[in-house]
Amino acid sequence: MISLTVNNKILKLDIEPQMPLLYALRDELKLTGTKFGCGAGQCGACTVHLDGQAIRSCVTPVSVVVDKKITTIEGLGGNDDHKIQIAWKEFKVPQCGYCQSGQMMSASALLKQNSNPTEQEIESFMQGNICRCGTYKRIKAAIKSAAKK
Amino acid sequence: MKNIENVSRRDFLKLSGISATAFMLGVNLPVSKVQAEEVGKHELNFFVSIDTNGDVTLVCHRSEMGQGIRTSVPQIIADELEADWSKISVLQAKADRKYGAQGTAGSASIRNYFTTIRQTGAVARDMLEQAAANIWQVDKSAVQAKQHYVHHKTTGKKIGYGELAKHAAKLTPPDPKTIKLKANAEFSLIGKDVKQVDLDNIVEGNAQYAQDIQLDNMLIASIQRPPVVGGKVKSFDATEAKKIKGVVDVIQLKERPFPVNVMPLSGIAVLATNTWAAIEGRKKLKIQWDHGNKQVHNSESFKKELITKVNQQGKTVSSKGDVYAHKYNAQNTLEATYTVPYINHAPMETPAATAMIDGGKCTIWAGTQNPQWAQGMVAQELGLKREDANKVELNVTLMGGAFGRKSKGDFIIEAVELAKATGRPVKVIWSREDDMQHGFYHSSAANYFKAEILDNGKVDNLISRNAYPPIGWLFNDKTKAPSDSQLSLGFADLPFDLNTLSYENHEVDSFVRPGWVRSVACINNGFALGSFVDELAVKAQIPTRQMWLDLIGSDRVVDPTENGFKYSNYNLDPKAHPIDTKRIKHLINLISEKANVEQKLPHGQGWGISFLRSFGSFVAAATKVEVKDKKVTVLEMHTAVDCGIVVTPDRVKAQMEGAMVFGLSIALMGEITVDKGIVEQSNFHDYPVTRINQVPKLFVHLVESDAPPGGIGEPGVPPVAPSITNAIYHASKTRIRDLPINKVFQI
Repeated sequence: MISLTVNNKILKLDIEPQMPLLYALRDELKLTGTKFGCGAGQCGACTVHLDGQAIRSCVTPVSVVVDKKITTIEGLGGNDDHKIQIAWKEFKVPQCGYCQSGQMMSASALLKQNSNPTEQEIESFMQGNICRCGTYKRIKAAIKSAAKK
Repeated sequence: MKNIENVSRRDFLKLSGISATAFMLGVNLPVSKVQAEEVGKHELNFFVSIDTNGDVTLVCHRSEMGQGIRTSVPQIIADELEADWSKISVLQAKADRKYGAQGTAGSASIRNYFTTIRQTGAVARDMLEQAAANIWQVDKSAVQAKQHYVHHKTTGKKIGYGELAKHAAKLTPPDPKTIKLKANAEFSLIGKDVKQVDLDNIVEGNAQYAQDIQLDNMLIASIQRPPVVGGKVKSFDATEAKKIKGVVDVIQLKERPFPVNVMPLSGIAVLATNTWAAIEGRKKLKIQWDHGNKQVHNSESFKKELITKVNQQGKTVSSKGDVYAHKYNAQNTLEATYTVPYINHAPMETPAATAMIDGGKCTIWAGTQNPQWAQGMVAQELGLKREDANKVELNVTLMGGAFGRKSKGDFIIEAVELAKATGRPVKVIWSREDDMQHGFYHSSAANYFKAEILDNGKVDNLISRNAYPPIGWLFNDKTKAPSDSQLSLGFADLPFDLNTLSYENHEVDSFVRPGWVRSVACINNGFALGSFVDELAVKAQIPTRQMWLDLIGSDRVVDPTENGFKYSNYNLDPKAHPIDTKRIKHLINLISEKANVEQKLPHGQGWGISFLRSFGSFVAAATKVEVKDKKVTVLEMHTAVDCGIVVTPDRVKAQMEGAMVFGLSIALMGEITVDKGIVEQSNFHDYPVTRINQVPKLFVHLVESDAPPGGIGEPGVPPVAPSITNAIYHASKTRIRDLPINKVFQI
């Protein structure tokens, strides 16, 4: 049995320790807000927080996260995190929306460590998150706006 | 027939599916009506239901892939319905012919169905007005619907939609043709930004895509497909795969003959209780392949063959005068060949579908652009008669991007085949590697242009040729040439004032599956056209804007059928959607002025512009780049769009922003290569797409217009790539005729 702390709940799962966190979240815990995009840590669609840091859950085995706090898009909601979601709505960022959970998880992790990022810092931090619809302009604007709040 | 009330013969033909583009009203199914009344929900037509509280449910019958159609369709209905937008909820239609065409492709939802969508709301509004008039015992002309109430014009009395709904639902729907639609000035929602229907769900992580479907007892399938199209499994050993914890079964999918159609490629499926086990099991498969006869394909040598072809006279598509009788002055003549590689859609959500077969019923959940096509394919797969297609319930989920990929139902049939074989619900999920290697690619294409600058400065004697594997090959593997409608995509429909011209095409064999990728052949035709006009301008030593304006000439409507070409005009009425040179010139001037493309720039910087009319809309693009130490940096991008009437302005802007980013990928870095019939790319490390740090400042200029609406999902793409390569030329004097740019420059 593997014990995971997801969105402040402790959950016990009968899964292989090598299983990437993404599939434990989606298939076992039915938390489908975290998305599969590439399976190789290249696109950021699966981004979640591990003790507040953005990680790619598709390449992170559950064995390495057992004693840590995992937050998914469903658990994003504290004051600091929430302002990212408010800005995402204000700037109407999503098109298809599929990558946006990962984008918002990365963006909120960025603001946790840098409350007022420059344009270059935003680009540098967010370049691991692909949006094929091309919503980048609004992602930048939303992060800048959220940072000011 | 008694279920059909007040339906003309023409409407009945539409109802019976003979015309796939029909929208139907005047049809009430008593069973559904009774059920609806039990829950207090009154159906006024297939698209509009109102419950006793006045809450309105509007059906969106078109598929959402990020273009915002689940907002725009209800917005149009609600406007004509005079409904309060805050009382609207949206129901996604299942596959059903009663809705008319549902195939969401060709940027067609608004441009082709604007009027019929409006009629659904207008008819329902008329019924509500009639119901109120009946209650007050006055003529309908004495009442008027406004913002969720029907008002008595003189007494000031009003009745709410909730109260009227049950009375209205009992009325016979009027013939939509007899109902007056609003004048444009009366629009209350069309042309205004409303909140996206799915915004909250997306931002809170609750939006449901095809990959998110969860069913009891469901298996997840990961499929190893033949590396080469037409390849077969010679033998396989699943012993090790079956040892993986969670793997339940390993199944060989049936072999499928040519033509490949949009059916599965066959292969070996590993089915497991979770995705990870299916993936791990698949890695343990030992498969011997027979690669078949497409293994001779190499994309680099194929491109050279295409280039050779287009440098020779081809089959005439249409012509005016005789370019071959003309003696070109070599000094004033420009010839150029442009190439675009295979391009993959690479939507963020890879293809996925879930199928469940229970008794005589098959239920599907899929992110599909074409629900009815898929439903028909499933029915056929299950051996059902065409008229029994309704035994297949096809639920349409949100799509995590599509760009044309999800028009094809191959992944849905895979799920059906496996659900049938296992007797359990099966969700098929494509890996990113599957998506890169087994796609329906934009065809590798070569375009050739030749033209002469006459002594008076006018350009004439134009030859335009193209060669690329045609999409028609999917459906008939003898097909070697594109259809007329394919050749209507920015090829034989140029808006130029020429005395002598020849459009020609060459036959080409196909080796990988060609498919519709966002703007289709407009990608290569638009790249070649935009580049060639810029090259002509450079040769003539005039600004590129001036070359466009000179080539286009006077204000008029261009008719490509004049020279005998069967021009399809994107299935639009040419009277409502003409190739209007005045609108084109306005747009070219607008982009030039808004972006200030003729400004003097520092050394190493340059502006490029381009234009293409496609899918009924007019789009110009301008890009500024800097070229320094063999590295290209894109500094600024603009698009100007005239798409006629705009329904949701912010979503039009979003599509244009997205098109610039999509065009950046095509121009800078998108390339699928094939060797021995096998695609060489596998994930985003070797098929890169635009990332946030590569996106410059983006500007969208929207032209106000009362013209009938054009498409918006695709037309933004074609002018983008040539605007970038033209800018590179003006910055560096290096001309890129072969995409992508990263073969020559760092990006």
